[in-house]
Amino acid sequence: MAHLCGVVGIGQTKYDAKRIDVSMPGLVREAALRALEDAELTFSDIDAVVIGKAPDTFEGVMLPENYLADALGATGKPLLRVHTAGSVGGSTANVAISLIKAGIHDRVLTLSWEKQSESNAMWGLTVSPPFSVAVVAGAGGYFAPLIRSYIQRSGAPEDTGIRTALKDRLNALKNPYAHLRIEDIDFDKIANSPMLWDPIRYLESCPSSDGACAMVLAREELAERAPTKPAWVRATAMRSEPNQFPGRDAVNPMAGQMAARDLYKQAGIRNPRQEIDCAEIYVPFSWFEAMWMENLGFAPENEGWKMVYEGATALDGDFPVNMSGGVLSSNAIGASGMVRYAEAAMQVRGQAGEHQVDGAKTALGHAYGGGSQYFSMCLFDSEKP
Amino acid sequence: MRDVAIVSFAQSNAAREDRNEVEILLPVVKKAVAASKLARTDIEFTCSGSSDFLQGQPFAFVMALDGVGAWPPIKESHVEMDGAWALYESWVKIQTGEVDSALVYAFGKTSGGDIAEVQALQLDPYCVTQLWPDADSIAGIQARLYLERSGRSERDLAEVAARSLRSAKSNPHAVAKGDFDVEKLLAEPYRCSPLRDHDCPATSDGATAMVLVAGERAKELCERPVWIRGIDHRIDPPALGARDLTVAPSAALAARKAGVRDGKVDFAELNAAYTHHELILREAIGLGDAVPVNPSGGTLCANSIMSCGLNRIGDAALRIAAGDGDRAVAHASQGHCLQQNLVCVLEGE
Repeated sequence: MAHLCGVVGIGQTKYDAKRIDVSMPGLVREAALRALEDAELTFSDIDAVVIGKAPDTFEGVMLPENYLADALGATGKPLLRVHTAGSVGGSTANVAISLIKAGIHDRVLTLSWEKQSESNAMWGLTVSPPFSVAVVAGAGGYFAPLIRSYIQRSGAPEDTGIRTALKDRLNALKNPYAHLRIEDIDFDKIANSPMLWDPIRYLESCPSSDGACAMVLAREELAERAPTKPAWVRATAMRSEPNQFPGRDAVNPMAGQMAARDLYKQAGIRNPRQEIDCAEIYVPFSWFEAMWMENLGFAPENEGWKMVYEGATALDGDFPVNMSGGVLSSNAIGASGMVRYAEAAMQVRGQAGEHQVDGAKTALGHAYGGGSQYFSMCLFDSEKP
Repeated sequence: MRDVAIVSFAQSNAAREDRNEVEILLPVVKKAVAASKLARTDIEFTCSGSSDFLQGQPFAFVMALDGVGAWPPIKESHVEMDGAWALYESWVKIQTGEVDSALVYAFGKTSGGDIAEVQALQLDPYCVTQLWPDADSIAGIQARLYLERSGRSERDLAEVAARSLRSAKSNPHAVAKGDFDVEKLLAEPYRCSPLRDHDCPATSDGATAMVLVAGERAKELCERPVWIRGIDHRIDPPALGARDLTVAPSAALAARKAGVRDGKVDFAELNAAYTHHELILREAIGLGDAVPVNPSGGTLCANSIMSCGLNRIGDAALRIAAGDGDRAVAHASQGHCLQQNLVCVLEGE
């Protein structure tokens, strides 16, 4: 019988283009100490550390967790490093949760990070696939054709992406940790920003950030005694699919649909839009909010854009999405998935401050990675499941 | 804890492969899956281990997944670690009760660059990596400290090498093997004093795959399931000057937690890339001189980085399945100077 798991501590660093005030150990320690402080615990209370980040080429350090071990208080403890491309922040947390679920550990520290200023993300992301030409256009170059395909299929109005970006950038002004806080943001500023990868404009794209996010997980009895109300893990799911094969729909990937269905089934959720209060989902380019609304079953196929258009996903809408400002506002790539989880958990704990959704009881954390191939999800609840 | 068995294992090692990673991996995975008697689609979880820095580009494991097959979409994860830790994550997943079986695989092609130099990138990037201390030089420092502390000699190291190379003769997957005279080995020049070539690992390109199955189902699938009776892993601090390099406290702790001393150890497969590692590990894990170590020849004779730790577990399982022992210790490590260690105890049905 699987054990219950609660999130008892959450810590984030300030996200920024260059955190030159800290080294890599300093960066991860900042998030870890904040999570421990939130849980009123110390490193000595932690049984194991599960750490995640995206490709090691982002910092130019091979298997950097070996170097970070003592900064994370892991000496003499198990330390596991997860890497599942952009979804890694989510899957790292899922692996950490499984250590509690399986009854192997009482308390686990899980942390995801990236210090992108140590290297160059465009280079770090460039793959030389066999028998084809390297694109060297970063993630935007890869995802733009998928977005164009979505627009063609759905007939979505062309300003859908701008509206999403505006919503997220306004939300970011309420989040003290956000990297991009653009005070004078408005529709025209985004619409007039340079077109990077048609139809993705500069201000519809995520930044490159330095940052880390940490969570302290505890088994049921310890979570119940936590000083601050825990966020209970109600369900987790992960699915992967291949990058290249002819039958694949990369716009609305089967792996994402399956992971969502699995998640709702485990939680006994029949109508996700009604039964889930808000969501933090992985939207590195504005249009992905509309696309993922469909993939996650919150909107019928080809109608995800309507949720954006009608304001449903705004902070005061009936289904708020990316209340923190999302990946569009802070993107320390390896951390981004865990930030989604942490922000969802903060909502059900009532910790989200200015970007809190009133009375949020059930929140979704979501991450994806690779060429829309890797999906990690978690449902957090204010009440014990 | 649920009983989990290794029901099949396959590997490939070669001094230098012309094939790419996916081409090396694919037949190995196919072989392990076929030997498990399960259909690929019946295996409920998949987890792999690899390092982007060996391939020299990001997302090595993404391309591997295309080769291994993931349609319809699968429950899957990846560790940027030796495959032994992918086995650990799979074992944990089975312990949650969510799945009953797992495919574990790992791959590493070391011949693409100077692997000893590439490993300098694992060190402190602000203060140490810039000096480019290669893996052999760092191991040399550790070996010198170990010999001084323990009173062991270079002859003891050469004897480890000669025995390992002799054992490797019966292992088709070893890339270095043969009969060597200790006196002749000692007459060779140093590579990184006190280490000579024979004290350093034979680098190789390789891939490994394994299928795990829980409980009664494992007994239906194979004649003699090899059970994982205990498994644990620990890490020591990274700074070479901050720890005593002549001991491996994380290996000792992992061995204790895995229950090594709860029974007789018939043999051990240790991920000892350098000859002195075997001696340090014997001490840490608590294996007496009478316990045979690395009957496969070990990592010294085929160092396919990222899969060599999983190979130790697989080689031990094969031996038990064949009836050559009932209880064995298998070990994996990564990081410089045995920084991080995983120990598991395997038992035959």
